[in-house]
Amino acid sequence: MYVAVKGGERAIDAAHAWLAEERRGDLGIAALSVAQIRAQLTLAVNRVMAEGSLYDPDLAALAIKQARGDLIEAVFLIRAYRTTLPRFGASIPVDTARMAVIRRVSATFKDLPGGQILGPTFDYTHRLLDFALMAEGEAPLAQDEAGQNDTPPAHIPHVMEFLNRDDLIETEIPSDATPPDLTREPMELPTTRALRLQALARGDEGFVLSMAYSTQRGYGRTHAFVGELRIGMVAVQMNIPELGFAIDIGEVEVTECETVNQFKGSKTVPPQFTRGYGLIFGQSERKAISMSLCDRALRWRELGEDNIGAPAQDEEFVLMHADNVQATGFLEHIKLPHYVDFQSELELIRRLRTEAFAAREAAE
Amino acid sequence: MTDQAYNFAYLDEDTKRMIRRAILKGVAVPGYQVPFASREMPMPYGWGTGGVQVTAACLTPDDVLKVIDQGADDTTNAVSIRKFFVATAGVAVTEATADATIIQTRHRIPEAALTAGQILVYQVPIPEPLRFLEPRETETRKMHELEEYGLMHVKLYEDIAKHGQIATSYAYPVRVEGRYVMDPSPIPKFDNPKLSGNAALQLFGAGREQRIYAVPPFTHVVSLDFDDHPFSPSKANHACDLCASHTSYLDEVITDDQGGRMFVCSDTDYCATRRAAGHVGALGTPQAAGKAAE
Repeated sequence: MYVAVKGGERAIDAAHAWLAEERRGDLGIAALSVAQIRAQLTLAVNRVMAEGSLYDPDLAALAIKQARGDLIEAVFLIRAYRTTLPRFGASIPVDTARMAVIRRVSATFKDLPGGQILGPTFDYTHRLLDFALMAEGEAPLAQDEAGQNDTPPAHIPHVMEFLNRDDLIETEIPSDATPPDLTREPMELPTTRALRLQALARGDEGFVLSMAYSTQRGYGRTHAFVGELRIGMVAVQMNIPELGFAIDIGEVEVTECETVNQFKGSKTVPPQFTRGYGLIFGQSERKAISMSLCDRALRWRELGEDNIGAPAQDEEFVLMHADNVQATGFLEHIKLPHYVDFQSELELIRRLRTEAFAAREAAE
Repeated sequence: MTDQAYNFAYLDEDTKRMIRRAILKGVAVPGYQVPFASREMPMPYGWGTGGVQVTAACLTPDDVLKVIDQGADDTTNAVSIRKFFVATAGVAVTEATADATIIQTRHRIPEAALTAGQILVYQVPIPEPLRFLEPRETETRKMHELEEYGLMHVKLYEDIAKHGQIATSYAYPVRVEGRYVMDPSPIPKFDNPKLSGNAALQLFGAGREQRIYAVPPFTHVVSLDFDDHPFSPSKANHACDLCASHTSYLDEVITDDQGGRMFVCSDTDYCATRRAAGHVGALGTPQAAGKAAE
């Protein structure tokens, strides 16, 4: 006999205890340390930092461990932590020309000042499972030939600057305006490019990838080439009012992608190459390239292009659905109780059916 | 016990001030959706983050908090939110509607009449009543601006043409003080009449959608309808099987796999209060025996 639902509190406590047990898994296997995750699952850590909008590899590694490897859950943990942090200032823009590059490639020029550097990439690996890794017999790693290089990174010019000399590519007009922050202000539409870039940078990698892919397949095609992709550490500098000048407060690893896009000109703009831009925390080429394609597709209005109704051109559609923490929360909330609403639907459907049957009988 | 690592009621004071400003604006313009910089909360979007932020911004150490989901104090998400405020604010909590100063709710308005000084905080999934008619925020904001609600009336009319009645049973749209059309959150339309002229302050928080809106005490709220098809609140045509109430909103509970079912109040506090006062429903047992069975 039903009396009244009781025991929600005990059920929650029991579920949490079970979850903790499952997270730890088989006690016969050594527990994974946060340091191991940070050092060996770097790309997962990078993704959590990028989508969590917080550069902290240790906390990202902790979040991955706590989330049992569910990266969206880990992003959520980081976001919920980030929101409690005070925003005490803003850095000056990072100078990516001064990046200590570990990888730098251009698809538009065979060679260029600063050279092409492949760096640690999966690109030309054969995707064959390495069973030696499973047997835990790691092949000995080659000694680092160059060793640690402590000299400050040289200025490696951006490919875009070469094109810009001949006016072949649009000039980005620098602005000192404070960029908006969608984590501190509600998003208002239409937005600006700076806000779109922020939203894309913390957007879900899979979503941004699919949007970018759709432009390549003809839904708002932008004819993109990777002008340049570079990965490395950049110094973060901040102006300290008491000192009157900027000092280094740390460094972050970023991936930067600049695409060169064909542009035949429009009513308002002469034929010229145009740009798409992507900048992501950590090593995340897929996301950075996707971001620059999406950025370029969303610029149709500013460049006087036609809106062909492609999803990737639709700012409201892209920005409102890119955030995986929002999306997963709302999607999964439908498993919460809805029996009050469902009850009202039940009554409605019963009433409609009764009337429908009565009408049919009357007709017969 | 309060977790000292976080500020009172979790949010920092600047954030609370920002939310309070949005609330005040909402109170000043009843039914208008005020954009606010919703924060990421330690519970998922869609699980009450808007309501939690509004509650956090309203709470003082002297408040007594009640949290319900589907009318019940003991549903898992209500328990979770109540625990959150006990941990971060250390406020007193209650299940008694009359004792609470702030009630956070999902999908119901309590059966017992609220009183002056109480605040009812609704969790709102989609604050925009026009959203399912027009998916674009840029468009719907313009429609509110111009008081252009024809589309909504066409939708309701089409319902009548097709089904002979308005086929919306929850989140039934209302008009506030003759101006803004408002989504009352997914409460059953049975609850709609309680929105109007309520002595309590009603606040609505939508976290993911970054909107706050309000119905101040004693505001006139009308459920949309037509002269020849007036609005009618509906509930199961039954009395509560536990407390015999004929007037409360009922949940249907399936009791076996032979089609057996019973109807019980969705408002658990209301039902328990009535049973304690000696009311016994068709399948109920007098209070003392009932306690033992629990």
